[in-house]
Amino acid sequence: MIEIRAVSHQIAGTPILHDITTRLPEGRLTALIGPNGAGKSTLLRLVGRLEPLQAGRISVAGHDIATTPTDRLAQVMAVLGQQTLIASRLRLAELVAFGRWPHHKGRPTAADRAHVAEAIRTFALGPLADRFMDELSGGQAQRAHIAMAFAQDTEWLLLDEPLNNLDMSHARALMARLRALVDQQGRGVAVVLHEVNYAAAWADHIIALKDGRILAEGAPDAVLTEDLLSRLYDAPISVGRHQGRPLVLHHA
Amino acid sequence: MIPAAPPRPSRPVWVLAGLCCLLAVISALWMWQGLGGGNRGFVLGLRANKLAALALVGVAVGVSTIMFQTIAANRVLTPSIMGFDALYVLLQTALVASLGIAGFAGLPAAAKFLSEIALMVLLASLLFGTLMLQGARDIPRMILTGVILGVLFRSLAGFMGRVMDPAQYAVVQAASFASFNRVNATLLPVAALVTVLAVLAAWRMSARLDVLALGRDAAVSLGLRHRAVVIAALSLVALLVSVSTAVVGPVAFFGLIVAGLAHGLTRSASHAVLLPAAGLIGATILIGGQWLFERQLGQAATLSVVVEFAGGLFFLYLLLKGRIR
Repeated sequence: MIEIRAVSHQIAGTPILHDITTRLPEGRLTALIGPNGAGKSTLLRLVGRLEPLQAGRISVAGHDIATTPTDRLAQVMAVLGQQTLIASRLRLAELVAFGRWPHHKGRPTAADRAHVAEAIRTFALGPLADRFMDELSGGQAQRAHIAMAFAQDTEWLLLDEPLNNLDMSHARALMARLRALVDQQGRGVAVVLHEVNYAAAWADHIIALKDGRILAEGAPDAVLTEDLLSRLYDAPISVGRHQGRPLVLHHA
Repeated sequence: MIPAAPPRPSRPVWVLAGLCCLLAVISALWMWQGLGGGNRGFVLGLRANKLAALALVGVAVGVSTIMFQTIAANRVLTPSIMGFDALYVLLQTALVASLGIAGFAGLPAAAKFLSEIALMVLLASLLFGTLMLQGARDIPRMILTGVILGVLFRSLAGFMGRVMDPAQYAVVQAASFASFNRVNATLLPVAALVTVLAVLAAWRMSARLDVLALGRDAAVSLGLRHRAVVIAALSLVALLVSVSTAVVGPVAFFGLIVAGLAHGLTRSASHAVLLPAAGLIGATILIGGQWLFERQLGQAATLSVVVEFAGGLFFLYLLLKGRIR
């Protein structure tokens, strides 16, 4: 479980998050949704200690992120930010192999290599394994980074807009993969999503943020209602149903 | 099952071995070419001193540039952009201005050198430590601050030089222009010790530097103590730059050639390969260049001029080839 208590954050004097208190249930797929500038990414980055915590407390699986050594946290959660530009000239397989660093600190074992191979296979990157990262398309590079986070093999996986750059089939494959991580291995996954329907189709738990506050949280059926989504995005939104799950439509 | 990550290619090993051989050949050439009769012992001693100094500076510049480029995530920057060497020149100018020529010359060389290094490292870690406290997107801001401080240091040194006695200024100039001919031999043992320790420390950091090169977000996610590693690496850079500056004076572009060649030759992203390669290349170029100028071109130029000229050309080449990111 990720516990967020009374977290506030500001960037250059502008308040981004106001007194956020919530929980992300363990062994579930949680989606953070909301309009641009709502603070979704900031919240995820705070949990992943990519930004320094200004006020409040956050604990991940019982580890307070302010007091737990960062290398210990790296064995509990993997975070993937949006910025994925790399300065060094790496091959894809070398990048994915870095995912095992928290476990071997520079001396990979056979088990580490097996994890890396599994990650490459899981994200169907085998044919690209020897390519240099700067020779890949945006979507391929994105999948490589997700594979690296996956290879980290942590209880929690935090992804900031992982569907960026991905086409429909790869986006679907990624969500299905995350779903499988949750269902088969009992891991916790938190994703920031722009496209609400991916949350509708795959998430167990949704946290809707607006202007740095939590507008609603709960199961998809409870959160993805016409009234709530229209308030969240300040636009008329209708919600239909498809295969027993909400289907969000914006062309009113 | 797909085979695990491909075994590390042997190319870097061959490159490193080749560079070692090349350095050995160049060094032997330097030591024994055209020795002639006469006082062999004296000449050999002289040459050995110079060889050590050149190797030292080459290694220091190569290793520090690679580390700095990794921290800055940029292949066109060298530590001199942060004003490290300008700070050194300012220190020299201030010392001459306050102590006078006799006082400056009378300072115990080793103690002066060590305290200068300590001061530079202290200033570097203070400056970068405070700047890095602020959070995420701070490396560009840190470099920009370094650039501005470098200009400030240079102007201050220039100003002090203008108001000081011309004879004193001549001493400052001697201390602050790169010269491979007047190697400061008294500093060699201390400088060698400091360089060896710093390079060993850098080598021990190489796995962490690899992770650092992935960018801040990825490095933090992988559990790297990002701020501590950056500050430690920058302190080592400050240390190595002060060593090379103290022994021969500031060399700006040379590091660019060395780092560019190290990346190009090894085609590796692993610092365990890049750092030794850069050190070997730096030493080889300096020794080979100095041999060429001293023995073949009859001192018709100075090595520093040519090294910087070639550095400028290489810079342009990289820029035009789009190899710079």
